[in-house]
Amino acid sequence: MISQIFSLAFLAQTIRITVPYSLASLGGVYSERGGVVNIALEGIILNGAFCATVGTYYTGSPWFGLLCGIAGGLLVAAIHAVISIHVKADQIISGIALNLFAVGITKFVLELLFQSSSNSPRIAGLPYIKLGFIQNQPDVAHLLGNPLVLLTVLIVVASHFIIFKTRFGLRLRSVGENPEAADTVGINVTWYRYYGVLISGVLAGLAGAWLAFDQHSFTDGMSAGRGYIALAAMIVGKWNPLGAAAACLLFGFAESLQIQLQGGTLPTQFIQMIPYLATIIVLAGFIGKSVAPGADGIPYEKEK
Amino acid sequence: MPYAVELLNITKRFARTVANDNVTLRVQSGSIHALVGENGAGKTTLMETLYGLYQPDEGIIRIHEKEVSIRSPHDSIRHGIGMVHQHFMLVGPMTVLENIILGAETTRYSLLDLKRTTAEISELAGRFSLTVPLNEKVENIGVGIQQRVEILKAIYRRADILVLDEPTAVLTPQEAAQLFRILSELKEEGKTIVLITHKLSEVMAISDHVSVMRRGKIAGEVETSSTTPEQLAEMMVGRRILLRVEKTEKKAGDPVLSVSNLSCIDKRGVNVLNDVSLEVASGEILGIAGVEGNGQSQLVECITGLLRPTSGSVTIDGMQIAGLSPKGVFARGLAHVPEDRIKRGLVVEMDVAENLILGLHMQKEFGSRISMNRRAIAENARLLITKYDIRPMNPEALARGLSGGNQQKVIIARELSRNTQVIVASQPTRGVDIGGIEFIHRTLVQARDAGKAILMISADLNEILSLSDRIAVMYGGRIVKVFPDNNVKESELGLYMTGSKSSSAQRASDG
Repeated sequence: MISQIFSLAFLAQTIRITVPYSLASLGGVYSERGGVVNIALEGIILNGAFCATVGTYYTGSPWFGLLCGIAGGLLVAAIHAVISIHVKADQIISGIALNLFAVGITKFVLELLFQSSSNSPRIAGLPYIKLGFIQNQPDVAHLLGNPLVLLTVLIVVASHFIIFKTRFGLRLRSVGENPEAADTVGINVTWYRYYGVLISGVLAGLAGAWLAFDQHSFTDGMSAGRGYIALAAMIVGKWNPLGAAAACLLFGFAESLQIQLQGGTLPTQFIQMIPYLATIIVLAGFIGKSVAPGADGIPYEKEK
Repeated sequence: MPYAVELLNITKRFARTVANDNVTLRVQSGSIHALVGENGAGKTTLMETLYGLYQPDEGIIRIHEKEVSIRSPHDSIRHGIGMVHQHFMLVGPMTVLENIILGAETTRYSLLDLKRTTAEISELAGRFSLTVPLNEKVENIGVGIQQRVEILKAIYRRADILVLDEPTAVLTPQEAAQLFRILSELKEEGKTIVLITHKLSEVMAISDHVSVMRRGKIAGEVETSSTTPEQLAEMMVGRRILLRVEKTEKKAGDPVLSVSNLSCIDKRGVNVLNDVSLEVASGEILGIAGVEGNGQSQLVECITGLLRPTSGSVTIDGMQIAGLSPKGVFARGLAHVPEDRIKRGLVVEMDVAENLILGLHMQKEFGSRISMNRRAIAENARLLITKYDIRPMNPEALARGLSGGNQQKVIIARELSRNTQVIVASQPTRGVDIGGIEFIHRTLVQARDAGKAILMISADLNEILSLSDRIAVMYGGRIVKVFPDNNVKESELGLYMTGSKSSSAQRASDG
């Protein structure tokens, strides 16, 4: 039984689920390290998925679609950034509003373009890199050869260095922890906060594109709460890129375990609890205190 | 001597107030220039304008005799200005090193070049005896060290003009002395220093020139060698002021408040109070000196019922009060002036009249269970506002809008009006201006002369020395020394406060 569950297919499933989580979760890390709470991740993913689908459908090029997905994510993130940083409105409310907005607008344009309010026509996926091994399992080979998988791994590792070892990361962290201190050493708090939120737009937009390519179409509300799970992973990972990615992997593992176990002897209701039980157990038992950046969610007012 | 800084006819207005009104300040190159004045006189605003945090509405700034435009800290740093703010501008979860280089980083292959920066900073730190643990997180080091980090931060940016805002407010006497040695060394190196303070002894000790500000204007500028603290105080307040508290020999009666073997272990399992015993007699003020965080707050909280002691007893006139609720303690005759007036002393969104009956609201004269007697509350407010000189003289003013001194007067008025046997006053004049301090000190001495037993906790040694009849020093949750009178040198107190000296556990009893 065990070997049936933990097969190569299982591994592939886990990766398939983990990639969009990780991208969005890293987006959350950039945004919140800079001091802007970003629950708009959900809407960014959705819009990214939609734009990737539309871009691919009309040009026939998944690469162009990928760029559209990034642009779609950036657009939502930019609105969130202006509302949070420039207008200094409540970031939670802005995020919720954008998530609801994304649901509505994608559905509306979907109807407009494809005369369907539930799903788009089929689109091509990203071309994959041919791998020499595991030829006997084409699904797994395609997945591991997907350039976005490789890119995600690269982004995770690079983010660790960017956040903790570069000038940009130091400054980003400083505006998220204590913007006043950053301001007094001549750092432009506004710019860095914009950078953080916009990067989250790019990354969560990529997450959306992944979902669209993975499914070869857009369906209404296809982000399905992934933005929130990504935020949870970010918190479990203590706002660190590596930690967040590890938490996403854990969530991905739990979720694919749930999928694998369905249809077995255990009642499905129990099995469906697995990802959430895992979350609660990890949060309560192993992680210890996870402390948010000091100024996370608080707009910066220059003149007191 | 040429001027390093010239602020000419600076005016800065905020929504309703004029913080700086046509202020002109010239600082000679290579000198230490003190800028004194009461809270709200505009000192900090003026210096934050120089540092680029505010844009002046009128006036020009000249640095090294050249007119400059300073639109942000970025510009002022470029002109060689460094500022150590009163509330340190440090990022707690980052290391000392990261804090020092923040905004002025050196990179190598686009990664931070920590190796090279460490070497550079160690060299600087050695030259100015500013030893700091570079790889420790800022939130884990003491305030004295944090201040050094701030100074290093400025020097690392090649500041040759250094502004320090109330730098000794959080330091022990030893740390303050060390800071002054560092400032002298910086002056030797040719740096120009502006020191914002309201401690006149510091001004006299270290500065070359003094500018006094009052209500947004310059009230005078003098050479330090040709002035006296009394003259400076008069310039600050605009009237003659008594720097020394006038008080007669105490006429102490029987012990009223008695604390014995009080211990408290907090949630983290740390022994925050360790076998503390003391007695306060009627007609005396027992001052508790100590660096903050050595158990003073917990002692007060255990006495006032805010914290439950692990063991030991607290009695008023022989009645046990340890373990009672604050309401119970209150009812047995204890008045409490808490250390944090915003958090515990007032409800800042309520008006002065309401704040003046907080805790007394259940008394019959002010109301029943259902309704309040507005007329009695207003009458009470009118009386207390006059008696304690609370400004503005408007019972309906929100407590939030009052100055620190007047907020403090509201609390003292309320607590003293209850006419209790015992008064526990924690940091009674923190953040209060000279005029307010004079008033509050006089009020406390009057209460003592009226036979109250007063336990006063203060981080301000001047206050301890001038008000107390006896002095106890707390260190590490214990009382490490009790002086039978206030005839003690600051430096001596400092040694006990830092734990460098201690006598075997003494009881602070027997006045």
